[in-house]
Parts: sequence; C-alpha cells; structure tokens
Amino acid sequence: MQLEAIDVSFRYDKKSSWVLEHQNFKVERGECVGLFAPSGYGKSTLAKLLAGYLKPSSGQILLDGKPLPKKGICPVQLIYQHPEKAINPRWRLKKVLEESGSLQPDILHSFGIREEWLDRFPRELSGGELQRFCVARALMSGADFLICDEISTMLDVITQAQIWNKILDEAKKRNMGIVAVTHNKALADRICTKVYDLSR
Amino acid sequence: MKKINRRTKVIIFTIMIGVIIIGAYIAGILIPDSGVAPDFSNTKLPPSFSHPFGTDWLGRDLFLRTLKGLSISLTIGIMASLISGAAAVLIGIAAAMGSRRIDGIINWFIDLVMGVPHTILIILISFACGRGMKGLLLGIAVTHWTGLARLIRGEVLQLRNQQYVAVSRKLGKSGSWILVHHLLPHLLPQFFVGLVLMFPHAILHEAAISFLGYGLPPEQPAIGIILSESMKYLSAGMWWLAVFPGALLVCIVLLVDRLGDNLRMIIDPYSAQE
Repeated sequence: MQLEAIDVSFRYDKKSSWVLEHQNFKVERGECVGLFAPSGYGKSTLAKLLAGYLKPSSGQILLDGKPLPKKGICPVQLIYQHPEKAINPRWRLKKVLEESGSLQPDILHSFGIREEWLDRFPRELSGGELQRFCVARALMSGADFLICDEISTMLDVITQAQIWNKILDEAKKRNMGIVAVTHNKALADRICTKVYDLSR
Repeated sequence: MKKINRRTKVIIFTIMIGVIIIGAYIAGILIPDSGVAPDFSNTKLPPSFSHPFGTDWLGRDLFLRTLKGLSISLTIGIMASLISGAAAVLIGIAAAMGSRRIDGIINWFIDLVMGVPHTILIILISFACGRGMKGLLLGIAVTHWTGLARLIRGEVLQLRNQQYVAVSRKLGKSGSWILVHHLLPHLLPQFFVGLVLMFPHAILHEAAISFLGYGLPPEQPAIGIILSESMKYLSAGMWWLAVFPGALLVCIVLLVDRLGDNLRMIIDPYSAQE
C-alpha cells in the first residue's frame, strides 16, 4: 500500500503564483518519510494535498493507485501544527477523542493521557498535552497514513521525543506510513527512513 | 461603594424584566373588561391614589388600561422577535453553507429589505393583511431578521474554515452532523443576544405603527393606541394620558436594551475580562 503524489502542482487561484510545481512524492506503508525544507517552500501545502484537504491544480494524489475516498473516514489523517486550533474549544476532550470512534485505552495509556483530562475543556490543558489528543484522535480513526505537519515544533525537547517515540511505536505495530513535515534537520535524520528535500 | 460587575448587572436586569413581563401578562389576563369600561362619573381625573395614572375622557382607569396594553405589546414583541430570530438563523446558515450563487441572492435580498425604511414596509404589510395582530406580527417579523441573519452568516463562514471542522470532515462526519455538533453550539449565544436586542425594536415599531393608525384596531388598548388617542386631549391639559404609558414603554425598552448590551459584552471574549 502506498500514498503518492504524481507531478503535483498547486496554486490558490488562477492569478496567484505557484506554491508547488511538478512535485513527486511517495510513501509506503511501514515507512517514515521526512519532508524537509525551509519556511515558505510549500511543505504544509503538500501535506494538505496528500491528506486531501486541498485539491491539486494539476497532477494526482493516489492511494494504492486510486484517488482518496471522498466520504467516510479518510485513511490519510493530517495532524496540524497548532493543536488548539484543531480542537473545538467548546468540547470536552472526551468528546474530541470520541469523534474518531470509540476510546482505545491502550492508545490513551501509551500517550500518557490521564483519565481526569478527559472531562476538561481544551483551554485547561497545555499545548503539548493537547497535541497528544490530536495524535491519539488521528490514530484511533484507524488511519493507514499519518501526515504530521510540524507537530512537535512548539513543544519542548522532552515532550517532542516522547511523542515521536510513541508515534513510531504505534506506526510499527500497525504498519502505518508516516510523513514527517519538519524544518528540523536533526529530527528528520533521526526518525525518518528517508528524507525528501523540497528546496532541491 | 463597591462597583457592581457585569454578571450581577445581567442577573438584576433579567430579574427586573422577568417580573415586568410576567406581571404584565398576569395583569392582562386578570384584569376584566369591566376594569377598563367607561365610567362617566369619573372622567378626566388627574393621578390620585384610587387612580394612580388618572382617568381618560371616558372615565376609564389609565393604569389598568396601560397594563393591558403592555401585555399586548409584550406579546407582539416576543412573538415577532422569535419568528424573526428563527428566520435569521435559517437564512444566515443557508447563505453561508450554500453555493456562492445562493449566498449572492440572499445578500442581495438582505440589502433590499434593509434599504426600505422599516416603518414603511411594516405599514404596507400590515395594510395588506387587513391590519390587526396578524399583519403587525408579520410586518415586524419580516423587517427585523436582516441584521441577525448577516451576523450569523459571517459567524458560520468563519467557523466553516476552522481546522477542527476540516478534521471532522476527514473523520467521516457529514455536513449535518458538523452543523449540529460544531456550528450550532457556537451560534447559540449570538442568537440569544440578537433576540434580546431585537425585542425592544419590535415593541417600539408596534407602538409606532399603532400610533400612526395602521396597526391594531382602536378597541385593543395597545400602548400605541393609547398614545395616539391621548394626542387629542393633550392640549386640554390632560398630560397624564401620554406621560405614564409612554414612560413605562420607554423604561421597558431601555431595560431590555441594557440587558442585551451587557449580555453581548459578557459573551464577547474581548470584553469578557473587564
């Protein structure tokens, strides 16, 4: 099973300049591919294209040779950089997790999500704690591919290491494909099986 | 003296308005028609203990008449703002969720309704429906939804582009599920504030249209009717006929308006910390 972008170009409307031009990208199940580039090279745009949040202006995004499904739970899940924006501020965190299906205690446990956090509102937790919820939500949906758009940029080094270790553990267990978008070369070298540099 | 904070103010306003509305309703039901029947032995009396607001040229007690009129005005105000509010929510959501074409049409329509002066539109509708309660209700409801509809449209447009809504869609949730679980809970506070602020407008318009003679029939003692009839007797020195009913109406309108403003400040995150 593989997720690939074939000759993908993207711009926001017909008058604006190209954000991405003729890019090719491929990730297999069980792989962790780093997507590396300085700011402004279209990393996040490619991440959104791969997850189906945006439609390419030309080219194709294919999952096993077919386009991404339009209805139902998407097998490619995107995790954003800012968890506080990706969670409805009026929901208790239990409801946030249940949005992707029933609670899986082993995932909660492995990400260190405490029982008492579930009854709280998002503003009562820190960014790092919220990011665990976003990752857990994406994992509980049973996704085959996880696209992590700078998910650890705003976290301290220890939390960063913890979250990445857990993600890689889970990915190995379920044979998932991971795309790690980052501008941290050291992180990319450490966790990825191969690194794709958009600036080259 | 300790400053009263906004939350306490809202509670005080709510209690006062609640007492007035319930009081006026009960009064409207309890006061028999004989209470406001003409009594020709007591005409044109100035305010006194037995007649706190005085009596009119037919000897009717103005206090009881005002209370009865208030209950009619409040009924119209509440009904009209409810109908108007419901319409505003439906139209606002339809504009924001529908295609660009639908949005364009609805916006054009909102501009159209806003462009015609309310009073003229209400008079026309009320006239077309043969005056009376129905025409007035319809007229006020048709003219007052525009502001709230535009507000809700803007709110939905903004919410639709939130990341958590996009995530929800990718987690396989349908449009209607997202509407009920993500969007409506955010709209509810805006809706309530809009409703409360619409209410004083509605009763003022009701009074104005009745005053001009295009609204309720003269046998229904609405505030507008009382004020309009009193005009003929003001020059005869019967000041109490206009002062008391008018002042009471203004008091209620101001109370509800203050409540709405304070509610808005509490709900708005930028001023909630004050």
